[in-house]
Amino acid sequence: MTGNADLLIDVHGLNKSFGAKHVVRDLSLQVKRGEIYGFLGPNGSGKTTSIRMLCGLLRPDSGSGTCLGYDVITQTLEIKHHAGYMTQRFSLYEDLSIRENMDFVARMYGMKNRRAAVEASLEKLGLAERRDQLAGTLSGGWKQRLALAACMLHEPKLLLLDEPTAGVDPKARRDFWEELHALAASGISVLVSTHYMDEAERCHQLAYISYGTLLTRGTAHEVVAKQHLVTYLVSGADLYALAAHLKTLPGVKQVVVFGATLHVTGEDAARLNESMAALQKNGDYRVSLAEPSLEDVFIHLMDHAAEPFT
Amino acid sequence: MKRFSWSRFWGIAMKEFTQMRRDRLTFGMIVGIPVIQLILFGFAINSDPKHLPTALLSADNSQFARSIVSGLENSGYFHIVEHIAAQSEAEQLLAEGEVQFVVTIPENFSRKLLRGERPVLLLEADASDPAATSNALSALAVLSKTVLMRDLRGSLQQLAGAPDPIDIRIHRRYNPEGITQYNIVPGLTGVILTMTMILMTGLAMTRERERGTMESLLATPARPIEVMTGKIIPYIMVGLIQITIILLLARFLFEVPLLGNVFLLYGGVLLFIAANLMLGITFSTLARNQLQAMQMTFFFFLPSILLSGFMFPFRGMPRWAQAIGEALPLTHFLRMVRGILLKGNGLVEMLPHVWPIGLFMLAVLLLALKLYRETLD
Repeated sequence: MTGNADLLIDVHGLNKSFGAKHVVRDLSLQVKRGEIYGFLGPNGSGKTTSIRMLCGLLRPDSGSGTCLGYDVITQTLEIKHHAGYMTQRFSLYEDLSIRENMDFVARMYGMKNRRAAVEASLEKLGLAERRDQLAGTLSGGWKQRLALAACMLHEPKLLLLDEPTAGVDPKARRDFWEELHALAASGISVLVSTHYMDEAERCHQLAYISYGTLLTRGTAHEVVAKQHLVTYLVSGADLYALAAHLKTLPGVKQVVVFGATLHVTGEDAARLNESMAALQKNGDYRVSLAEPSLEDVFIHLMDHAAEPFT
Repeated sequence: MKRFSWSRFWGIAMKEFTQMRRDRLTFGMIVGIPVIQLILFGFAINSDPKHLPTALLSADNSQFARSIVSGLENSGYFHIVEHIAAQSEAEQLLAEGEVQFVVTIPENFSRKLLRGERPVLLLEADASDPAATSNALSALAVLSKTVLMRDLRGSLQQLAGAPDPIDIRIHRRYNPEGITQYNIVPGLTGVILTMTMILMTGLAMTRERERGTMESLLATPARPIEVMTGKIIPYIMVGLIQITIILLLARFLFEVPLLGNVFLLYGGVLLFIAANLMLGITFSTLARNQLQAMQMTFFFFLPSILLSGFMFPFRGMPRWAQAIGEALPLTHFLRMVRGILLKGNGLVEMLPHVWPIGLFMLAVLLLALKLYRETLD
């Protein structure tokens, strides 16, 4: 083992290009034992590429570091042995049954107590009754359960989950996250990419990546605080016209519709306060100061990220 | 709404063209298949093979014997490559397929000729492929008369006038009745195996890639050699089932003889199956989708049929085409199987055809391992 034993992921300056496209730039990431680390960013920001580099599926062009104490460049086989990776798209065999898929995975990891481990895992994740159902006939939520069970089968110390809950209903998502927290409590580290803000808030640590560059990181609270944003909630009649009007006011950087409420956010607190005070005086609107949400922060980050391709 | 819309029609046509253009390999095949294959086969295929290798067993060194030999060579069909001294050597050369013919000029050939006793000229032909020998044999019939015409002059003129101064006896070895099935059925065995084995494994890896399961597979610690050999095993079983069906049909429906050892035959078949599967896996690592894998299979399949000696006599092809043919596993498989079935060949005669298949397999395996990517790069 090299590096800090408590850091399951410790990489510095990872770069990856596909042709002329620089997909990941100087990525540095540290994930502690028992931590759920949320990986956020818009589509095409390099989340999947980063995760693939960590689990040995892609070779970084440059950079160094360790994953589970193994070198990410030279010891990818060891990393594969000890990490669990769940792909964004369902990638088990649709023409095999649940049990056959699990059995196959168990054999790939050369597990000694294969049968028992597969049965235990099926029971634990509530897949036992469906063991003979073909994976291809499962619904999205069940597929996701199966995929999670498969990547956990060999009892990895680190889980790399690439948008595991995409296309899964809220209840299944909640169950899934409870499972993740139980795993974290038992000392397993989880790196999970997601688009969902409620999921981001459930992570111990967050990192936000855009166009391959890591823009910010920390706890949800720290990430919000670091951006020094001020957000007002505004509601009233004719929201869309109001939103268009708000965008023209001094100090307003972004206006986002959340149901019947507008989140009005800006960096310049003084000017925004002024605009909002004026709005409250002049019209029949309800205006209140609020804590900026993660979503407000991420939309802000997304809008302000330097776009390197233009 | 029911009307045919030119706009939609054109939209679909344009989309197809664009997709076709993006798929470089397919585009290459569209141009490559006609050009390469036509040029290749147009020049290579010749159903009237000449200069067939012939061994000469001559016990008579007379002027007449020499005339006959030069007459044979001048006909263009026979090319004397070996001078042998014993019948056992003749047997060996024919069994190994080294020569197509053995010409035997017996002792006292010229004396008998001069006495007008019609001496025997024995021609043994490897008739396992009737097409390869038939033209040569018909050329032989007119030969005896014309060749000896010059030598039989003066007082010998009367011999030349006789119906036939020499008695040419032709032994069609291995397939005396010239039954084409004897040649075609063993050949088809190899062709069918080539086709199915390469195609099935060719799709094996591309299927994983297309269905997205490749990513999961690569995320596991599975090594390339484990994946490849593991994927081959089930198809070896498929191949063995196929060959058993083919052999049963050959034996009982087409009544092709089985003179050699069955286990030897299965041993050879096993090697051939493995070589083809290895090639399929290699195609599979190269191709990006199943269609490309299929195209590669056909690209390989055509020369296998046409240049291996299955469809046209191997010796009828020019040297360069023979060289390509020698590299193909099917060529050696055909010689091996025909040898075992029709000639009753044993292990010794079989070995010269075994190692080229083995070598082919090894080369392809190394290539596949080199091409196999353990990452998604």
